[in-house]
Amino acid sequence: MVRSSLAVLVIDENRIRASIIEAGLREAGHQRVTVIHDVAGIARRIAEIEPDVIVIDLENPNRDMLENMFQLSRAVKRPIAMFVDRSDQASIEAAVDAGVSAYVVDGLRQERVKPILDMAVSRFNAFSRMARELEEARSELESRKVVDRAKRILMKSRGLSEEAAYTLLRKTAMNQNRKIGDIAQSLVTAAGLLGPAEDE
Amino acid sequence: MSMRHQITAGFMPLFDSAVLVAAGELGFAAREGIDLTLHRETSWANIRDRIAIGHFHLAHMLGPMPLACNLGLTPLASETIVPFSLGLGGNCVTISNAVWAGMAAHGAEPDLDPARAGAALGALIRERAAAGRDPLRFGVVHPHSGHNYELRYWLAACGVDPTREIEIVIVPPPFMADALAAGRIDGYCVGEPWNSASVAAGTGHIVTVKAQIWHNSPEKVIGVRKAWADENPEALAALLRALHHSARWCQHPGNHAELAEVMARPGFLGLPPAVQMPILTGHLGLGGGAELDIDDFFVPFDKAANFPWKSHALWFYTQMVRWGHVAHTPENLAIARDCYRPDLYRSALKPLGVALPGANSKVEGALRVATAVGATGAGLVLGPDGFFDGQIFDPDEIDAYIAGQKSVRAEV
Repeated sequence: MVRSSLAVLVIDENRIRASIIEAGLREAGHQRVTVIHDVAGIARRIAEIEPDVIVIDLENPNRDMLENMFQLSRAVKRPIAMFVDRSDQASIEAAVDAGVSAYVVDGLRQERVKPILDMAVSRFNAFSRMARELEEARSELESRKVVDRAKRILMKSRGLSEEAAYTLLRKTAMNQNRKIGDIAQSLVTAAGLLGPAEDE
Repeated sequence: MSMRHQITAGFMPLFDSAVLVAAGELGFAAREGIDLTLHRETSWANIRDRIAIGHFHLAHMLGPMPLACNLGLTPLASETIVPFSLGLGGNCVTISNAVWAGMAAHGAEPDLDPARAGAALGALIRERAAAGRDPLRFGVVHPHSGHNYELRYWLAACGVDPTREIEIVIVPPPFMADALAAGRIDGYCVGEPWNSASVAAGTGHIVTVKAQIWHNSPEKVIGVRKAWADENPEALAALLRALHHSARWCQHPGNHAELAEVMARPGFLGLPPAVQMPILTGHLGLGGGAELDIDDFFVPFDKAANFPWKSHALWFYTQMVRWGHVAHTPENLAIARDCYRPDLYRSALKPLGVALPGANSKVEGALRVATAVGATGAGLVLGPDGFFDGQIFDPDEIDAYIAGQKSVRAEV
């Protein structure tokens, strides 16, 4: 567990990702975690929180503003520098690949903060994976809906059974070396162009 | 055609990335055997980080940014060189309607004259200070930017101390107009289209422009990771030729409509083509119905706009020293002098037989009118390049210039 606990500030406009990071930090024993979604008025918040470590997502356009503030700020107890050590190229790359950046109060020992960045990197990666899987599931569902509509068009216009309509779609897709969803989409589009509303 | 070079470049969604974007989108890079991949970024810090870890070979950068990297002023910096400039000019100073009303009461006219506007702003600032009101707050895009340095230069030359009499904050370019409209800032210095955006919304007035503070002055550059440049001289030379052809194409008025359409695409600026036209034509609405045609408002190619003058880098260095960003030492001066690389520009473009400046540096502010200069190849016209306050920057007299600008500040 953490000895004297570090104050960690997480800045992320994505609330879900921020709460995933926060949960990870708390599980690792960090009790003093603050999450900010909006950077308005952040100078005062930083002065109040006095964070030892700041974690921010790379998509945030306010990184330039924050870095400038860290350099100028008289409110923060010590100047804050980039967390990742220049010599530690692997962790820098892992962080940037994951889309996360971190700053640390100058003088804080590397081994105390490294686990925090490592945790943030793995949670950022897990979040991206989750978002990707969600997107795949969504497009899978979309494709299934389109195939159903295409089947109904074939059943109505050619008097086929549902099974025969599906077989025809699948055979066409195989012959043309395309996905069944693409064939179905072409059919739905063509039916929309050619005729009155198909079956709704 | 098989591509001999794979190059990955970063850019920020600003119009002055146009020469790089057009090189990729309109086939200039492909014609040089380059497969150019462009990545849009959200902050200059991201561009710096991705150059440092090698994700990008090169990027659209603020002119002083590679100097700041090499001088160790930013975290995670890597050695960065500048073999190409992406153009001259393009920025404006825009202020809120309330500040404009205050300036107008002190003699400001919608003529963009930096001296007149600066005097009126100075009078307003002193009036507000006497009344015990908060100092005006100005936004710039980055501490190490042409915007920050030209805003400060302009104000200081007009008798306003930008370190004490106003507050300067960093705001990302796309947020400037909103921040002004919401009253979080009173004015800002940024590139287009973010000035015309406030004018179009009726929430701001353009009071002066970079092209009048320092005529034909440097803005964005191509910053290249030095380690990559050293190992890939052929790829870099091919890219510089592609950028040269792209810049020539961008300058031609007959191509402006197509360029605006390319920049309007969602992957680049994602704003309507009409919004890009003021920077291309130099015809700007200033607010309150006033309009003006500005000479050399943004120059992507003419006037040797792509030549990475060492005197441009050294002027940025003098401003870094002036505002306390870096100490003036022989070591730092040497780093600043080595950052911009006219030698690489010249060797890459030599086979094309185009006009190339013979010198690496020039005396900035010496050309009062456009002047034909000695160059290899034919017909090179430079300038005018004057500072609005008549100052001259001679890079061979850098100590005197730095000492002199301190006295400008002390007189304030």
